Amino acid sequence: MITPQEIKDTLGKALPVSLVEAQDLTGGGDHWQVIIVSAAFEGKGLVDQHRMVNEALKEPIEDRRIHALALKTYSPAQWEKLGS
Amino acid sequence: MADDVIAQIEDKVKNNKVMLYMKGTADFPQCGFSAHTVEILKSYGVPFATEDVLADPAVRDGIKRYSSWPTIPQVYIDGKFVGGCDILHELHERGELEPLLKAAFAK
Repeated sequence: MITPQEIKDTLGKALPVSLVEAQDLTGGGDHWQVIIVSAAFEGKGLVDQHRMVNEALKEPIEDRRIHALALKTYSPAQWEKLGS
Repeated sequence: MADDVIAQIEDKVKNNKVMLYMKGTADFPQCGFSAHTVEILKSYGVPFATEDVLADPAVRDGIKRYSSWPTIPQVYIDGKFVGGCDILHELHERGELEPLLKAAFAK
């Protein structure tokens, strides 16, 4: 089990994030969908973007506090385009 | 032994325009993520090969090492790792999957 705040803090330490939204998909605190907007994703493919997030959350994934993780990653430019 | 598996994976990835490592088969997927991935690929009407990782623990482990990616399913297009279910879904929604497939089959 992990809290959305812990997810935000852990990601924020590893990446320059401008937005993190963590949603508990089951209410059990271990299945998460996380939306991340980061300048570090600029010019990178989705595989690389997801790798960066998985790396940043390696510890809670490995100790099973996070069991399932669905990611939506965007560079600030991609995120802006999405909203318009 | 371990290297045999990697060589076998490499061979399949290079010799199939679209190669999907999944749980179960295209007709009988054994996991929701694998099923959704098959569904997306089928929607483009392109041929794709699959391998059931549940049938062989060495492949199940080997494919994760091959791509340094922790989860299954895994999709390879034109010899390159494209992603798992989430990424394929996202590329599909963004309209970026079709050009990838077109380019692969144009060769």
